[in-house]
Amino acid sequence: MDLELSETHQTVVDGLSEEFSDAFIEVYQSSGDTFIRVESGAIVDICRYLKNEQHFIYLSDIFGIDRFTSRERFEVVYNLISLRAREHLFIKVRLPEENPVIESVTGVWKSANWMEREVYDMFGIEFTNHPDFRRIFMPEDFDYFPLRKEFPLLGIPGSIDLPSTTPDPE
Amino acid sequence: MDTKHISDQVDLKFFKEHQEKLYQALEDKHTTVEMMDQDDPLNTKMVLNMGPQHPATHGVLRLILQLNGELIEKVKVDVGYLHRGVEKIAENKTYQEFMPYTDRMDYLSPYANNVALCTAVEKIANVEVPERAHYIRMIGCELSRISSHLIWLGTMIMDAGAVSYFIWAFREREKVLDIFDQLTGHRFTVSHARIGGVANDITDTAMAMIKDFADKFPRELKDWHKTLDRNRIFFDRNRGVGVLETEDALESGATGPTLRGSGYAYDVRTFEPYARYDEVEFEVPTRLEGDNLARYYVRMEEMHESIRIIRQCLDKLPKGPVRADNAKQAYPSKDEVYYSMEGMIHDFMMTDTGICPPDGAEAYHAVEAAKGELGYYIQSDGSGHPWRLKINSPSFKNIQILEQILDGEMVADTVVIIGGVDPVMGECDK
Repeated sequence: MDLELSETHQTVVDGLSEEFSDAFIEVYQSSGDTFIRVESGAIVDICRYLKNEQHFIYLSDIFGIDRFTSRERFEVVYNLISLRAREHLFIKVRLPEENPVIESVTGVWKSANWMEREVYDMFGIEFTNHPDFRRIFMPEDFDYFPLRKEFPLLGIPGSIDLPSTTPDPE
Repeated sequence: MDTKHISDQVDLKFFKEHQEKLYQALEDKHTTVEMMDQDDPLNTKMVLNMGPQHPATHGVLRLILQLNGELIEKVKVDVGYLHRGVEKIAENKTYQEFMPYTDRMDYLSPYANNVALCTAVEKIANVEVPERAHYIRMIGCELSRISSHLIWLGTMIMDAGAVSYFIWAFREREKVLDIFDQLTGHRFTVSHARIGGVANDITDTAMAMIKDFADKFPRELKDWHKTLDRNRIFFDRNRGVGVLETEDALESGATGPTLRGSGYAYDVRTFEPYARYDEVEFEVPTRLEGDNLARYYVRMEEMHESIRIIRQCLDKLPKGPVRADNAKQAYPSKDEVYYSMEGMIHDFMMTDTGICPPDGAEAYHAVEAAKGELGYYIQSDGSGHPWRLKINSPSFKNIQILEQILDGEMVADTVVIIGGVDPVMGECDK
């Protein structure tokens, strides 16, 4: 597929393939959005580079995707915005099914804190060096990760202790 | 905690029995008070649990505050009490089936949520939306912005102590809901946007009501400005309270009026214009102070701008269809469904299978909802259901900054700051 990269994205791709030639994997476009896939080990350095050198100063969102494949099952996507160039950029990393661990980018953007907690809560992807690493929506004593594809839509009966629905006998 | 113990310590001078009862009631209630350290005889330090069932937290938001006297030392925010797993639900529904769920996300401005989902699906599936539908959507979005800001105005000022505003704001909001009733058929959860357009055209009655509202509402706004802009009590409650510094605002991920109140003119309507926002004129109100008062000015001015946009949309409203005329992409009109065989088949197919974006396609599309940037990321596997649908909700990001801006404030300002940030838990908890 031919790429129609904007000027900003072209600079980013050039910069990344120069500075992080080992970590840069591919760039592709879909529906007008540009996605860059990189190695998970270099994510913090790449984010810091994009923030400081390429002016992608605003982290809009971090989310996970369950690809449900046998290799590199999980994906974490970083949605960055450059206010100066008026562009979105999506950075993707892939993680294995067994023990998906990635370094936290809270050191680059403070706002990554809750977003990473949400990814952990929903997919079980662990973030190292996170200042406050807990589940965010589900209670801590819940043992499953609900947005994984194998988790049933109706939930697992008995997985959460709910208060009794019958009134006290007194 | 031993209540007799504490009442001995604070040396009650008046209404002894009343105060003892009060301490007892405090202990019996859900508010937990515990001793922080032993050499703190007056119990100035305590941990206060606020919510999740607290009228001033605007939903089921729970705050754990560590207090030193009346000062908040640090805060932890607990969310998730309204988590319904809509992203999981979305993966099991067709795109159009999922649309009514978005009403229940930010339930104070449902119209903008519908539009956000539909525009994202249109982007990923390359659906062309007719011109008239764009303008109707813009009118609906701006009306929903006004109704959402009216709730904020009423509740935030009520939190600051003026109860009459709640009634005045709700009276105006009632008019917006009546317009939605005429325009969409529902007052609250409108579900009006369809993939490829909107459900129905504006009726003459709805048109007259919108015009009437656009004429009369600025006068109300003016009156409110008169009573609030020089109001000493309101100023003292809001100025310098809950300050989010300009340097921190982007870093902490604020969005919407909270970000604009801190000095960044980031508005998706001008940043990446969707619908026909590039064809109407409006300003993006911005303030530099970053306090609650700045957010107040930003939202009030946004309502002015919304009225301005609505007026321009009414002037420009082109004639034509309100939904894409392509049976593979959008629902056929009801005339076709009732009077032709093909129409009925197409209607059935749209309901059963729905629109199928190309396999492996991904798209992110954001709109400026009342609370901030509301984005939908969709990844398709070629079927009628999304493989992954992620909602980038503004309230989630705005509640996150509460942990930061509440530190060092007074306990009494907590509710005002929450009101000023204006979160909606339905959207935050997904």
